[in-house]
Amino acid sequence: METLQGSEPHVTIPGKPYPVTVLGYPARMIGPATTYESVSDQIGDVPLKHPHQKAWLAGFTVVFGLFIMFCVAVGYLFYRGVGIWGINIPVAWGFAITNFVWWIGIGHAGTFISAILLLLFQKWRTTINRFTEAMTLFAVICAGLFPLLHLGRPLIFYFLLPYPDTMALWPQFRSPLVWDVFAVSTYFTVSLIFWYVGVVPDLATIRDKAQTKWKRIIYGIGALGWRGSALHWLRHQSAYLLLAGLATPLVLSVHSVVSFDFSVAQVPGWHSTIFPPYFVAGAIYSGFAMVLNLMIPIRRIYGLQNLITVRTLNNMACVTLATCWMVAYGYIMEAFMAWYSGDVFEQYMMKNRAFGPYGWTFWVLMGINVIIPQLLWSRRVRTNDIALFFVALSANLGMWLERFIIVITSLHRDFVPSSWAMFFPTKWDWATLLGSVGLFLTLQFLFIRYIPMISISESRELIAQRKEGKL
Amino acid sequence: MAEFEEHEQVLAAARRAYAAGYRRMDAYSPFPVEGLAEALGHEWTAVPLITLMGGMAGGLGGFFMQWYSMGRLYPLNVGGRPLNSWPNFIPVTFELTVLVASLCALISMLVLNRLPQPYHPVFNVPEFRRASIDRFFLCIEAADPKFDLQETWSFLETLEPCMLTEVEE
Repeated sequence: METLQGSEPHVTIPGKPYPVTVLGYPARMIGPATTYESVSDQIGDVPLKHPHQKAWLAGFTVVFGLFIMFCVAVGYLFYRGVGIWGINIPVAWGFAITNFVWWIGIGHAGTFISAILLLLFQKWRTTINRFTEAMTLFAVICAGLFPLLHLGRPLIFYFLLPYPDTMALWPQFRSPLVWDVFAVSTYFTVSLIFWYVGVVPDLATIRDKAQTKWKRIIYGIGALGWRGSALHWLRHQSAYLLLAGLATPLVLSVHSVVSFDFSVAQVPGWHSTIFPPYFVAGAIYSGFAMVLNLMIPIRRIYGLQNLITVRTLNNMACVTLATCWMVAYGYIMEAFMAWYSGDVFEQYMMKNRAFGPYGWTFWVLMGINVIIPQLLWSRRVRTNDIALFFVALSANLGMWLERFIIVITSLHRDFVPSSWAMFFPTKWDWATLLGSVGLFLTLQFLFIRYIPMISISESRELIAQRKEGKL
Repeated sequence: MAEFEEHEQVLAAARRAYAAGYRRMDAYSPFPVEGLAEALGHEWTAVPLITLMGGMAGGLGGFFMQWYSMGRLYPLNVGGRPLNSWPNFIPVTFELTVLVASLCALISMLVLNRLPQPYHPVFNVPEFRRASIDRFFLCIEAADPKFDLQETWSFLETLEPCMLTEVEE
């Protein structure tokens, strides 16, 4: 437990590799031997000297292959149209919107960690915020593509934007689909600004550490001539805090607006007031799971255990567990309200969801999204990175399945039985989904290779605070 | 220009230099040191004000755009509801408030800091590359009215820096 003045006293228990607080939780925020210089070397050497080149290349080959598959799937989609997917009427939304909601949810963890936890003085977020912000950007890129791919005529996507149009037409600002355009594009822009403002001082470090002329020039352009002047830091910190304050309501608004796409419609299973908070909790849940899934292998491969400590893992796992329960509460309330409303269509929707043709997906969802994450109650699981990786993987798959169930089972049987139909994904649906994972991981691999993945200047602040005895 | 190893040292040095009457000076550090800008006599920054104005402009402009386009330019009667259906305009108004405020925070930070600025005399000191790694610097500029090479040099020596250099213009 941190206070503004400092933290709880630490104790060392024999047999434990890390110091713990009096309650037995891991306490260390940064390794004991880290200095200003060692942290600059450790993080700066990854983009400059490329350690573990073979592991990086092997991984990059795989994910780049998936990215090529994405390009092929999208190319064929542009050639033939959305008919290559399994969508039909009534299930017009299919995988594209499932993937959109899933990806944008994953993006939420980055802003949550970097903005909300910054304002709440959670110092353990320092060493993971850069990385998760980058993850946010890449997830939002993947998310933003899906509604565009889902358009019948993707060439004229700009009809959604307010621009001086020769036909004097305007977008319908009363529609949640137009709100979505504004929400997602604002979210991407603000996340990019926030991330770049944070990365500038670290690019200056890389510029000053670089040995070759070209690296100095390229990182120097990114660093904008940053020289660490006190007055510059004053304005930088002011802008950074303001951006955190602006991003905080934004992160809560984006998934709320996404959920309006569903809840404003009349379809049973969608038309529900619980959707905005339920979606936001699910977004943070899947985002934290994705951060764990990416961070744990990187932490092992690049040997960052002294910066991303067991304490960070433990705290991440705690947030995952808490949001898991919020999502579980959403499931319970959906079922309860369906019964309590007395509405025959709502009641049928719930019965169909659990016992209809897609019933098995519902029970798999309960298993991997609600039951398995309960393992996080155990401190042993929370502090064991391999166990944590698999629990997070289960939650990630679970959240995708949740979005699938919301989109498909609600649509496929609505009010009139004569319009009922089944949805079966085609190989192109799967290729686009897996391909988007490839796109996401390709960007992630390039980021790790070329940009400092942990905030060096903020890590130095932690070291300074430790020197002052405030940590 | 004086070089220090710890952030407390540069903070104390900046306070003493300010007390000695120097005004045109700057300190350089690899991470934000709390109180360093205040010690140099800079307490106020316009970034928050510009951000606030940007946010208000974005919000008002966003609402006006929706009200004018939905109510005047392209009025569409949806089930007899009022043309100025303001609750429906709130999400876009909010998003534009945040968007314009964030852009203003970024641009005002860069413009006020005069960035990008690829060249600055302090980069002529080879040792200065450590300002972005692990060292702290205090630089008194020649433009300062109290500046005198001999006197300023001996003043900086009293601050016990680990190194002292002259910056070439």
